[in-house]
Amino acid sequence: MLVEAGHFALTLALGLSLIQFVVPLWGARANDPVLMSVGPVTGMAVFTCISFAFLALTIAYVTSDFSVMNVVENSHSAKPLIYKLSGVWGNHEGSMLLWILILALFGAVVALAKNSIPQRLQANTLAVQAAITIAFLLFILITSNPFTRVIPAPAEGQDLNPLLQDPGLAIHPPLLYIGYVGFSISFAFAIAALIDGRIDAVWARIVRPWTLGAWAFLTLGIAMGSYWAYYELGWGGWWFWDPVENASLMPWLAGTALLHSTVVMEKRDALKVWTVLLAILTFSLSLLGTFLVRSGVLTSVHSFAVDPERGSFILGILIFFIGGSLALFAWRAPMLKQGGLFAPVSREGALVLNNLFLATACATVLIGTLYPLALEVLTGEKISVGAPFFNFTFLPLIVPLLLLLPLGQTLAWKRGNFLGTAQRLYAVFGLSLLAAMAMFAFEYGGPAAAPLGIGLGVYLVLGSLNEIVTRSWSRGTPLAVAWRKAANLPRSTWGTVLAHAGVGLTVIGIAATAWGVEGLATLKLGERLKAGDYEARLERVIPRVEANYREDVAVFTILRQGQVLGTLESMKRLYVTRGMPTTEAGIMTVGLGQVYVSLGEVEADGSVGVRLYHKPLVLLIWIGALVMALGGGVSLTDRRLRIGAPARAKVSPAAPVPAE
Amino acid sequence: MTRKQRRLTLIGIAGGILAIALGLVLYAMNDTIVFFNSPADIQAKNVRPGTRLRLGGLVKEGTVQRGTDQQITFEVMDAHGAIQVRYRGLLPDLFREGQGVVAEGVLESATVFRADSVLAKHDENYMPREVADTLKKQGHWQGEANAAPKTQ
Repeated sequence: MLVEAGHFALTLALGLSLIQFVVPLWGARANDPVLMSVGPVTGMAVFTCISFAFLALTIAYVTSDFSVMNVVENSHSAKPLIYKLSGVWGNHEGSMLLWILILALFGAVVALAKNSIPQRLQANTLAVQAAITIAFLLFILITSNPFTRVIPAPAEGQDLNPLLQDPGLAIHPPLLYIGYVGFSISFAFAIAALIDGRIDAVWARIVRPWTLGAWAFLTLGIAMGSYWAYYELGWGGWWFWDPVENASLMPWLAGTALLHSTVVMEKRDALKVWTVLLAILTFSLSLLGTFLVRSGVLTSVHSFAVDPERGSFILGILIFFIGGSLALFAWRAPMLKQGGLFAPVSREGALVLNNLFLATACATVLIGTLYPLALEVLTGEKISVGAPFFNFTFLPLIVPLLLLLPLGQTLAWKRGNFLGTAQRLYAVFGLSLLAAMAMFAFEYGGPAAAPLGIGLGVYLVLGSLNEIVTRSWSRGTPLAVAWRKAANLPRSTWGTVLAHAGVGLTVIGIAATAWGVEGLATLKLGERLKAGDYEARLERVIPRVEANYREDVAVFTILRQGQVLGTLESMKRLYVTRGMPTTEAGIMTVGLGQVYVSLGEVEADGSVGVRLYHKPLVLLIWIGALVMALGGGVSLTDRRLRIGAPARAKVSPAAPVPAE
Repeated sequence: MTRKQRRLTLIGIAGGILAIALGLVLYAMNDTIVFFNSPADIQAKNVRPGTRLRLGGLVKEGTVQRGTDQQITFEVMDAHGAIQVRYRGLLPDLFREGQGVVAEGVLESATVFRADSVLAKHDENYMPREVADTLKKQGHWQGEANAAPKTQ
């Protein structure tokens, strides 16, 4: 019954979305506040309906209702509760439902934010949101209904793909989707501005927190996915330039560019047309990502099932929204009032450079991802575009960007002085160079790329922190005063500093992978395998039986230069229902590095194939991403954004408040 | 600087970055791309030894041999022939005789391939052999080509 109610709620949401699309749009054209106010009401109603549908499916999973096809295919009564919950979105239908739930959630938040958004803009934005909701609701109802019944109901389900039975998967898709779908708000605002034919700094100020929030979540989602791939797939790699990973990286790159261009627009009222285009492109890339992952064009763990009908449907949605928005852009953009040009050596000049590098880097990833598909369609030739391609094209575009980053952050608005700026960074240059040389000489030696990369990372971290120092301390300032000054700097400054320092940390982590060592051997009980300073000794192999799998557990003692550090367990699992084996890597964290043990076959004589890695500083890759997202979060709490954007005239701006 | 100069500077920088990116992409397209081949393709195209490629097909029954120190050899076959693959490392969980596999590495001679990575499908739903063979004959063999397990 509940399941049918869930299905009905989705249909109801479709009807309400149609109203949310037509009425506010009409109201905005006719300038009728009553019609426009229909937008927020229906927005809330759509969110309520979709939440109910999602709840109904979740209950079906939790109670293991095997009369629902979706539950049968992806759940099992013996599965732990957390994977029953995450199983809701660990499949095609459920993940689309999650996608649309988040979309409706954002719509509801826009609906509630009526005091900070001009009514016309809000009405148009909600109408565009509704259009996206309609498309995806149709997609779910026509091709991917999660509420289909199966009669007679089987006694037991087929279990979730074991690779997905992991805490990482429980949070990776929601984080990623909040990011993807969050960009739909920037997109909706951009389209609303185009419809209205008006755009200004106020628009940028309204849009920026949405972009920032989406960006922070996307950062977390990508980092989580990367960490999941690292420990779950047992390859020890953290980024494979797989099309599915690229699908999430592209909106991130475009979103990062958008974040920076809205700053220019907000402060200098320039780059308007470009910002609108970026907002459109960022969400288009999110849609493209959804298409690549969901259509089955790429066969991978993400595709769940291949169904041509779904593929063509999503392709249709993709063409409609990307084509439609770009056409609207081409038609309306010339009407937008252009902002002024500015001096090349200035903060805004540097931000333009940032946008150029990010956009081109994003384009190379796009080419590398789509080229194999295009070539196969055109010539039938199958190729793989892997890490070598992306390292060769992506890195040369990103490294200059990173080198310029602290300079740009230090440059003044309007008219900067390049030499003066460089002077303020002398100490930073010196220290980073020193760090690189020290690494080269004392720490590890090894490939030259590693110390250079670390030097770059240190330069980024110090270069960002330098802004705090120069803004709160000058020669002779007592430390207590400097501290208070630093604490009183705007949160958005702290956000910028943190996010940029996070980039530096990630760069250090990536550079340090060059020092990674590994060993491979077949071990019998008591034998040792060496990788650099580290050794793993196989102590015992024991069988273990859990609710929905059984496993062979290999217990290792880990030693560093002969000193015992502790033990870790690596597993070879067999998930009984699907008869599917998986490998669970054993990981021990030593400082910021990790010792990583992956198992091969347990052979007849009891010996085990073992691969041992030591990865120094590897955790910095993800810690850096966390710090970036934290920077985004801190920036969101900036007083300017909390108080709400100043409206055009009638609402009086908040009274000046003393600094914290 | 005048307005015109500013605009030209901006266009110049943008053009420069785009040109560099385009150059990099074109160069990388020639140099870093790996072609996917079945054993039959290798015979038909007369691929030169030393070429880096992806070899895809089915693991021939009874050919998997585990040597000492994780040295493994097996044969990858399709409807028209087989090629011996040598690999040192851990095989993926879903590597099975008679099932699909993709190996990336270098062709050593017309019949021997040295792999540096071996990928098997990510899912337990293997494509049945007859189906795969038919698809292959029709030129629609796609089952394993994109099934790299290296996905998050």
